[in-house]
Amino acid sequence: MAQTRFTVNGEDRTVETDPSTPLLWVIREQLKLTGTKFGCGIAQCGACTVHLDGTPVRSCSTPLAAAEGAEITTIEGVAAEDGTRHKVQAAWIEHQVPQCGYCQSGQIMSAVALLRDNPNPTDEDIDVAMRGNICRCGAYGRIRAAIKSAASA
Amino acid sequence: MGKWTRRGFIAAGLMGGGVLAVGVGIREGHRAPKLAHLVAGEDEPLVNVWVKLSPDNTITAIVPHSEMGQGVFTSMTQMLADEMDADWEKVTFEQAPAHEGYANYPLGREFILGDTKVPGFVQDSLNGGFLRIAQSMGLQITGGSTAVRFTGMGGMRIAGAAAREMIVEAAAKEWGVKASELSTRKSMVVHEASGRQAPYAEFAERAGKMSPPTQPTLKTPEEFTLMGKSLPRFDIPSKTDGTAEFGIDVDLPDMKYAAVMGAPVLGAETVSIDDTYARDMPGVIKILDKGTFVAVVADGYWQAENAIRQLEVTWTETGAENLNETEIFARMRTAIDAADGKGEEDVSIGNVRKASESAARVYEAEYTVPFLAHAAMEPLNATAWLRDGKIDLWSGLQNPLAVRDEIAGAFDVKKHDVTVHNVLLGGGFGRRSNPDYPLMAVDIAKEFDHPVKMIWSREQDTQQDWYRPASVSRFKAGLDEDGMPVSWDNMFTEKHDPPEASQIPYKIDNQLIQYTNAEHHIRFGPWRSVDHTQHGFFIESFIDELADQAGMDGYAYRRKLLEHSPRYTAVLDAAAKAADWGREVPEGRGLGIALVDSFGTVVAQVVEVDVTGPEPRVVHVWCAADPGYAMNPDGFIAQIESGIIYGLTAALYGDITIEGGAVVQSNFHDYPMLRMNEAPQISVEIINSGAKVGGGGEPGTPPIAPALANAVFAATGVRVRSQPIANFKEGLS
Repeated sequence: MAQTRFTVNGEDRTVETDPSTPLLWVIREQLKLTGTKFGCGIAQCGACTVHLDGTPVRSCSTPLAAAEGAEITTIEGVAAEDGTRHKVQAAWIEHQVPQCGYCQSGQIMSAVALLRDNPNPTDEDIDVAMRGNICRCGAYGRIRAAIKSAASA
Repeated sequence: MGKWTRRGFIAAGLMGGGVLAVGVGIREGHRAPKLAHLVAGEDEPLVNVWVKLSPDNTITAIVPHSEMGQGVFTSMTQMLADEMDADWEKVTFEQAPAHEGYANYPLGREFILGDTKVPGFVQDSLNGGFLRIAQSMGLQITGGSTAVRFTGMGGMRIAGAAAREMIVEAAAKEWGVKASELSTRKSMVVHEASGRQAPYAEFAERAGKMSPPTQPTLKTPEEFTLMGKSLPRFDIPSKTDGTAEFGIDVDLPDMKYAAVMGAPVLGAETVSIDDTYARDMPGVIKILDKGTFVAVVADGYWQAENAIRQLEVTWTETGAENLNETEIFARMRTAIDAADGKGEEDVSIGNVRKASESAARVYEAEYTVPFLAHAAMEPLNATAWLRDGKIDLWSGLQNPLAVRDEIAGAFDVKKHDVTVHNVLLGGGFGRRSNPDYPLMAVDIAKEFDHPVKMIWSREQDTQQDWYRPASVSRFKAGLDEDGMPVSWDNMFTEKHDPPEASQIPYKIDNQLIQYTNAEHHIRFGPWRSVDHTQHGFFIESFIDELADQAGMDGYAYRRKLLEHSPRYTAVLDAAAKAADWGREVPEGRGLGIALVDSFGTVVAQVVEVDVTGPEPRVVHVWCAADPGYAMNPDGFIAQIESGIIYGLTAALYGDITIEGGAVVQSNFHDYPMLRMNEAPQISVEIINSGAKVGGGGEPGTPPIAPALANAVFAATGVRVRSQPIANFKEGLS
């Protein structure tokens, strides 16, 4: 079987898996990085969001083949190397955002990408960047507040 | 907050390693020795439930509930620690294992003194005769907004208070002073007169040999130091860095993965399976025909899911193959017609028939709500491992103890040979109180020596749910000359729980509330706030219609009918005031109000809707809520916000339809969820009225649908009598 090489959170990885396998299942089952979640399997909910060369993608609908040679960042790689929380993670705690927490890895990955590209997002920018991430506990108001708070941090 | 009168007992003892344990039990013959090994660390035996004091002065609360985002680990611990005057920095918690000793049903039962029933939904929402009240079996259920109300008020606080009193008593003996001269703060005993102070742990040994108090004195709200404070939740940091472990994250050696498929027409069973394409697909280990469902076990989940989609399964015919939801609604209407005013009686006050006949006029309306799925973010899953006659199960469960017993019963093993490892729930909303999915996981794993993790696809999760029932409700009100109601006549379908959900808060002298049922095969499941979801919409929409009939606005009309209850009017007033009720709103906007008392908490909401777009958009929700006392105000607000979004999602979009006997919707593209760009601003005001403490998880949900429907009416003059409300303009054509 073909080998696929890429980095995850800065570490080189090589997997021998059918390249049509969604990246999500490679990350979760083979690399054992379970912070990235399965929610719908059809890129509708955003729970599986990771960064592929810096761009937020739905890993449930991204084939492994697309990761060849790419740099992937998952929720486990968001904090600084010394363990210091990313300002988005800190804001999430400050605003007590998560409830069940299941969607929050994906929410945070979307928010981190948003703030990197747009350090001072408007409400509309937040709507556009975050509308792909469903939260069934309805933490949207807190997510919005936390993004704004992280933006000014 | 009153004293705790009890028929149970408080147990205490000093265990090896100098650990003091204090627990509250209800039944005789507590199981201290059996419990000890489950939660006690090395040299840390445990009495019954709820608190351990270790030699390093740390305090550990044992919490018999599941965490599904409601902050229960924190609020329970907070209640205990406050009564104990504990140093919050040195307080931690453990989730109780699934064991009878931690059952909270007896506690709930004890707490609802004079009402010997547990919340009725508990019986209905769980399978298995062992749960029947007659058998007085324990439950460890998280649902019905019961944690703070019952376990917290009736267990955690008492354990904390008892532990504190024992420590003080022990310190008094040790120091040769009177207990009354001692005070406590931050896990220290203080003797003001001498300036002497020492950590609680120093007195553990002596306290452990004493008899616990029979009636520990609880604090009054003025004395609270931790209750009533918005302490940060314990579980949140791990939910920001990917380390929180949900059921789907469980990883075991040599674990394989299962995908499953249930009968599209619920209730059907397999006739035959053609696995020509599936059996040789990569990674496939075994294809299992389980009668009521089919499973594919493979090396990876993706392989299993791919293969199961290639199976050709023939299912038995159940007779429901031609049923659709239109026919189901027709059956409900027929049932109501057939009952002809003589249904099962829920409420009967005065004489409705007489009052209606002599009323100035009679006003009637009929409402419906559709079926709803739960759609928790984490698709259902469970991991099972059968070894040496023992069964281990890992899953996020709202009722781990019942699941353990269900497994023991279904697979003929002794209860103590079943271990349920309850992990975080990626949403519950009632769905995870049903034991169907853990039983399926065990049924699959029993074919193997290795563990198997079963994961449902989102499609299975949507189509194999236990649904919030569709229902129909008809109202007939007799009105006096001013348009005020003299009689309230209501007949509805689908009565489940809680039993009081169809009752109205309004003072109307003659009431007759009845129900009947129509046969169909769509299975019932408790869905956040259970029957209150439909009755909140029915009652609060109809009362709004009556207000309009009387030429009054919805707030003034309700207020007049709530004059008997200062608690209700205070909540209603607070929401109206926050929303600046009565103000002019721009063209295309409207304000709607609703009030529902559920699970002991009174909630009023005002919605501002904008109908200028293709679908109504909720701009702002102002909410006032009286839970008696909010133990963790920010946590309570988060629950109310969550309940509003959950209810609003359903009100706007929620619609499970049936075609050919099967559920049509399958995933978020056709069962849509409210998203960031549609989420309203929400303002929540807490009213700590001092009434008996109510719940937080569910009461935010029921008022939102009627508040929205009433706002749409205010904006458009169109009365919305069915859901989903996003479609309301379609009804106009």
